[in-house]
Amino acid sequence: MFSCKTSPEVGGMGHSVKRKEDARFLHGKGNYTDDVKLPGMLSMVMVRSPYAYAKIKSINKDKALAIDGVLAVITGEDLAQYGLHWMPTLLSDQQMVLPTDTIMHQSQEVCAVIATDRYIAVDGAEAVEVDYEPMDAIVNPYKALDEDAPLLRPDKEGQKDNQIYHWERGDREKTDAVIANADVVVKERIHLPRIHVASIETCGCVASYDKDTQKMLIYLTTQAPHAVRTILALVAGHVGLSEEKIRIISPDIGGGFGGKVPVYPGYVVAIAASFLIGKPVKWIEDRSENLTNGFARDYHMDCELAATKDGKIQAFKVSTLADHGYTDSSANPSKYPTGMFSICTGSYDYEHAFAELDAVYTNKAPGGVAYRCSFRVTEAVHAIERMVDKLAAEIGKDPAQLRFENFIKKDQFPYASPLGWSYDSGDYEATLKKAMDMLGYDDYKKEQAEKRAQGKLMGIGICTFTEVVGAGPSKDFDILGIAMFDSAEIRVHPTGKAMARFGTKSQGQGHETTYAQILAEELGIPYTDIEIEEGDTDTAPYGLGTYASRSTPTAGAAAAVAARKLKEKGKKIAAHLLEVSEEDIEWEVGKYFVKGAPEKSKTIQDVAFAAYTNIPPGMEPGFEATHYYDPPNLTFPNGAYICVVEVDEETGAIDVKRFVAIDDCGNIINPMIVEGQVHGGLTQGIAPAMYEGIEYDDEGNVLNGTFMDYLVPTAVESPHWETGHTITPSPHHPLGAKGVAESPTVGAPPAIANAIIDALYPLGIKHLDIPITPAKVWEAIQAQKAKA
Amino acid sequence: MAKHTVTMTINGESVTAEVDSRLLLVHFIRENLDMTGTHIGCDTSSCGACTILIDGKSVKSCTYLTVRADGANITTIEGIAADGTNHPLQQAFHDQHGLHCGFCTPGMIMRSIDMLENNPNPTEEEIRWGISGNLCRCTGYNNIVKSIQQAAKEMQQEKEPTV
Repeated sequence: MFSCKTSPEVGGMGHSVKRKEDARFLHGKGNYTDDVKLPGMLSMVMVRSPYAYAKIKSINKDKALAIDGVLAVITGEDLAQYGLHWMPTLLSDQQMVLPTDTIMHQSQEVCAVIATDRYIAVDGAEAVEVDYEPMDAIVNPYKALDEDAPLLRPDKEGQKDNQIYHWERGDREKTDAVIANADVVVKERIHLPRIHVASIETCGCVASYDKDTQKMLIYLTTQAPHAVRTILALVAGHVGLSEEKIRIISPDIGGGFGGKVPVYPGYVVAIAASFLIGKPVKWIEDRSENLTNGFARDYHMDCELAATKDGKIQAFKVSTLADHGYTDSSANPSKYPTGMFSICTGSYDYEHAFAELDAVYTNKAPGGVAYRCSFRVTEAVHAIERMVDKLAAEIGKDPAQLRFENFIKKDQFPYASPLGWSYDSGDYEATLKKAMDMLGYDDYKKEQAEKRAQGKLMGIGICTFTEVVGAGPSKDFDILGIAMFDSAEIRVHPTGKAMARFGTKSQGQGHETTYAQILAEELGIPYTDIEIEEGDTDTAPYGLGTYASRSTPTAGAAAAVAARKLKEKGKKIAAHLLEVSEEDIEWEVGKYFVKGAPEKSKTIQDVAFAAYTNIPPGMEPGFEATHYYDPPNLTFPNGAYICVVEVDEETGAIDVKRFVAIDDCGNIINPMIVEGQVHGGLTQGIAPAMYEGIEYDDEGNVLNGTFMDYLVPTAVESPHWETGHTITPSPHHPLGAKGVAESPTVGAPPAIANAIIDALYPLGIKHLDIPITPAKVWEAIQAQKAKA
Repeated sequence: MAKHTVTMTINGESVTAEVDSRLLLVHFIRENLDMTGTHIGCDTSSCGACTILIDGKSVKSCTYLTVRADGANITTIEGIAADGTNHPLQQAFHDQHGLHCGFCTPGMIMRSIDMLENNPNPTEEEIRWGISGNLCRCTGYNNIVKSIQQAAKEMQQEKEPTV
């Protein structure tokens, strides 16, 4: 286990210190984008399409412009004059900023109304007259590939059908051969529903262009302020928006979860409007606009898992159809159009695997965001973990036992996975054993047998996942060509207090506390003496932002390495102050001392003061360091989750009785914060497992575009989570740490699905797609009864 | 648009203003009074980020007209503790890590004040039902429940007469 090197007052790694950022939020003094108010600020509201697929015959602005206080109505034609009506997506597709002729999904932006306040802007939006010619929408992604399907994207040169790309990895022939000759093959088509991050703060911005200084200041709900600034400069450089003149401030963010990585059309229109009008323009989505634009998941996966008759896994094959909506705006690294989906071979040791994916266009909202997930890991883990349980049920073996027999062993790390990853570390057996002990697995198996004998439905579901998080390395990972490293810049002031800035951006993860703890661990300066800043492109060092659990693996590592540079400089200063040679100086947390004479010492604060007041001859003054960290590999956090449910056969109601989550994220910076992240991720895991899914009718109408019908779990639906840890440090991370916050979102849905299917198995129900609602369970039970 | 003169007490101070009939109370508080601790998360009374106290009762101010609050006594997150001090719920949310991004937190605390006023010693289940009109996307609610439990205990002790 991890033992703390620092005192609680210093608050280095392993201490559950309370969060430094809490006070402003608790007192209503957070500064979110919608809280920004600038002199003369205008309000922007979008007109949105009621149709999923339509031609725009005309847009009449007259009645809107006649309203007192409406200043402008901006259409795609207006933007086309500046070449700004299309923009690149983060995956080299293109997306309309505003349409000039065709609507591609319901709720798509049609035009924007700028007015002196939001109420008047809404009046203006109501008064805009749009004449549409509706067309038959393609809603079913399988039908998008029909030969007679209309071509949805004629704007793309060379595009002859609705397929975006085909991707594959692994050896198809060998995998097929093993499957063809295996004792046991289980198959299933698994759909992961289209869902939304639904952060409680929606997306928005305040763009403020000063025509005199030609500076563009943008407050933006973004997880990646630097990347967005660069993209903006590349896209709008031709109209005069130059990178040094653009300042993006990502203020307090009310939850991100991947949904605040993309650049949304509203941002661009607000920026364009401010640029043209020369006044600040605010645009804030309402909840329906938020839920009906952008999405995550929506993979249809045909899975085959082959094994010997006693359950040794031999091969896994998955063929996927990915519904991307009308454009591919996934925020994936360019070499990885399907993200890290190839982690789908899971926590098990076998040789043969093949994964392929066809991505298609439909008349739905674009997105494909990495919702609290390192680029499609959730889909991958769901596929393998459902299939492993299906195999266990098929051959009548305990699913825990089957996992123990197939796990990658502790001494096999670094482990080369069949689809090309190098897993850094793990002890899967110990993690699952700990989860089983914490739950009392054997007792629940007995209880289940008794309940089954009484005709009651009880299920136990396991998920033992491996994640892949913390991109770079920059040689493989980028966003639109920008390498995925991250950065830390430390300034220790003369009085020994410090300020550090980062290229990442917290959205609730507690960076202001955990980064200070990393520096406290390395330098011995109390975490309370260190201020952390992120999110302002004018002041923070360049970095790719916070998503895909990359902050600790990249910027956290940068903090440690930058601090070590400072410690080296400090050693020279200490030698000077103590009048000994540098070789005679040793370090213990917070102070330098003379080898063999520990009473002769200088604290880090003494050394910082000397760096500004008593500098050794020839040394550069000051006590500052910067590091840009490019990780040698990703980190592979893992965990074992077990869920116990009871299902009411009469109503289909599902009661989650217990949920135990054991995570292994390597060394832990702040156990309280890690536990909090796991709790939150678990609730975001039960959400798609049992409640959430964006549904469309055959015409492409969104059926649940508000919080009244898109069911985000409340405190009542969210179980009392039980959590714990095993610790297997990452061998390549400077602190031995791994990312953690996405593990629960990835691991919970299959554990819950496996538990519910286990409960229903005696009735002959062998699979249900999530969300598994009472209605879906009830219908499945009725169907089984009808068969019998 | 018809204008109406309204007078109300907000966080102990009397406010008089001329407002449009349609102005929502949450916008009046955020835009006219520049108190931005009360948030907007949904516009449909579903998420509770806009929860405030009107005459001591928790109310979702995103679907409440300002004119309806004429004569009311209103408390927002800014008014529950003197500057530099914490209400027991603010202290408990800090102690128990009951917040991540902080966006739902003001509404969650305002709702909890009302809940604990009516039920000073709630069970875990009563707490979960009691805050079921307030959505949190970050915390998974475990630590919010713990925060409210801590505050309930604290507030009970405060009320007990000293011997």
